[in-house]
Amino acid sequence: MSQFFTLSVLTATLATAIKFAVPYLLASLGETIGQRSGVLNLGVDGIMLLGAFGAYYTVLETDSHLLGLAVGLIIGLLMGLLYAVVTVFLHAQQGISGIGIFLFGLGFSDLLFQELVGSVKPVKPLPTLDKLPGVGGIFEPLVDIDILGPLVFDHDLMTYTAFLLVPVVTWLLNKTTFGMNVRAVGENPQAADSLGVSVARTRFIAIMFGCVLAGLAGATLALQLAVFQHNLTNGIGFIAVALVYFGAWQPRWVMAGALLYGLVTATRLRWQSLDIIPQGASDIAAMTPAIITILALVLLASRARGPAALTKPFTRH
Amino acid sequence: MKRLVGASVPLLAALVAFLFGAIMILALGENPLSGLAAMFDGAFGTGDRIAATAVRAVPLLLVGAGITIAFRANVINIGGEGQIIAGALLSTVVALTIPDTPKIILLPLVILGGLIGGAIWGAIPGVLKAYASVNEILSTIMLNIVAVQLMNYLLRGPMIDPIEVDGSRIPQTERLTDNAALPTLIEGTRLHLGVPIAILAAIIVYIILWRTPLGFRLRAVGHNPDAARAAGISVERNIVKALAMSGALSGLAGVTLVFGSESLRMVTDGGSAGFTGSAGFNGIVAALFGALHPLWTIPSSFLFGALLTGATELQRELQIPNALAISLNGLIVLFVVSSDKVREWLARRLDSSTGQPINEPPSADSPPDQVATTSSGNDPETVA
Repeated sequence: MSQFFTLSVLTATLATAIKFAVPYLLASLGETIGQRSGVLNLGVDGIMLLGAFGAYYTVLETDSHLLGLAVGLIIGLLMGLLYAVVTVFLHAQQGISGIGIFLFGLGFSDLLFQELVGSVKPVKPLPTLDKLPGVGGIFEPLVDIDILGPLVFDHDLMTYTAFLLVPVVTWLLNKTTFGMNVRAVGENPQAADSLGVSVARTRFIAIMFGCVLAGLAGATLALQLAVFQHNLTNGIGFIAVALVYFGAWQPRWVMAGALLYGLVTATRLRWQSLDIIPQGASDIAAMTPAIITILALVLLASRARGPAALTKPFTRH
Repeated sequence: MKRLVGASVPLLAALVAFLFGAIMILALGENPLSGLAAMFDGAFGTGDRIAATAVRAVPLLLVGAGITIAFRANVINIGGEGQIIAGALLSTVVALTIPDTPKIILLPLVILGGLIGGAIWGAIPGVLKAYASVNEILSTIMLNIVAVQLMNYLLRGPMIDPIEVDGSRIPQTERLTDNAALPTLIEGTRLHLGVPIAILAAIIVYIILWRTPLGFRLRAVGHNPDAARAAGISVERNIVKALAMSGALSGLAGVTLVFGSESLRMVTDGGSAGFTGSAGFNGIVAALFGALHPLWTIPSSFLFGALLTGATELQRELQIPNALAISLNGLIVLFVVSSDKVREWLARRLDSSTGQPINEPPSADSPPDQVATTSSGNDPETVA
């Protein structure tokens, strides 16, 4: 245990935790926007898988991370379109239609992977700041700073984007007209409708936001790991949905939840690699975030209140 | 005519999904018709393949029948994967603990172990929902994760095959006693006792739901919790019962996966699908396609069993990855849950042409509308 509690190992573990938190954070921020408008999307994991494969395959073929992320974003947009039509216009039951999206994403990403790639072929990982082409040199000295270097400066651009999105989404939800509409249709769609807010359009856009972020989350995951395989996300998308409840629909608390997941995973892997805990204990440790989430849900259920119209399709009377 | 429209919409949904599948096969450079032929041949081509299809349908049917109970009580059970694992683990523990017990005693005990394991894993989200207002969609998903890690821990540690301890450490149990194996029904095929058990289970679910006071209470709670409460029915207790029963059937599915397998042991590849074959999710598909009715879930499960075995042949013969089946399942779910609105629209079109009233009262057997509405766990009255 003593070899874990050294400054350099602790710093490195924290830095990894921040990196691990990114896909969770992106996906759950998107889900937050959707849920605030009253739409639950359980299909996040499927959209992440499709975004992950799209980004991975694009980078494999073109070597361009930017293009890869763009493809992830577009896939999120397309899946958002599908989910929005199904939930907003066809009033599908949200708990179940999300499972449909998940199964489709799980199967289709695997189908494309087997057909187009076949075997595990690594790509270049997303570059950290100091490795960015052109401007990397500026950041090189910063990375070498004690503690602060690895924690703050040794990340890829998607990490900064994800954490920057926390205040952005907060601002979007609380300070903009769109955000007000989102919250209104999530709380009381009838009232919002009678005031002239289009419930369908607002939810449609909120879902699109959510799914784009899910696609980006998958793309980021694949490009951080620099690889794709069957079921790459392994349930990250489902956890992202739970994190929204965990964070009581507030972006900053959702971020805290994402960091908690990142921290537990990073610590577990570090302990395992340092031989502090055997594999068995590591399996047990892998349960802890899920158990913490359940406990948090128990504690929060009586305190935090979600959007009143969550999962309820809107019909004008 | 309207009834005909109602019945044909899910079939239409499946047709659209298959059309999509045909387009995908075409895009992969194969003839969709030879693809269909290969799938049909793979699912029904020989007696052995029909048996394989039936065996493949067993976990789908058991999970699906359980799903119908939960849905009728207006709870969404997405925890099939975890409940399958919990049932499989407990039944495997039984078989490992008392391997020398005669078959006539051991097999029922193993099945009971599976039922109890699944029931516990289902009852936990039930209790959390009923008494702590925790959304069951989230708690079942979290418990899936816990179950997978529990399986990984047990199969890598305490329950590992003694031979593997110093060997390659494959996370699997030893070959379990033949005294616990589900007996083969037709020699030379894989058809085992799990098939009639699953069909019987679906029929029992039907009887419970529509022919017993328990089923009446469950459906009353699902239909209108406030009215049920006013009538003296405990909403909380029935939510727990619904999820426990749903879980028990998934647990039984876990038993058939272990004790109906040729290797007769429990193996993990680290994820849940490696053991369950995603039956916890595919069972939802089968139940939905069976209109959330336990009896219709029987043919529906066999259809999806055929889709899965057919896809295996598709991969073998035309090199089309069998992941195609999973993606088609996803589309079928999407189309089926979207079809209510389409059906309404079709019915209205028919009504306007025949002049009949639009609002037909829902029949007793129709799936509850908007199951999700009261399931968010954040009902206004529970807010402190």
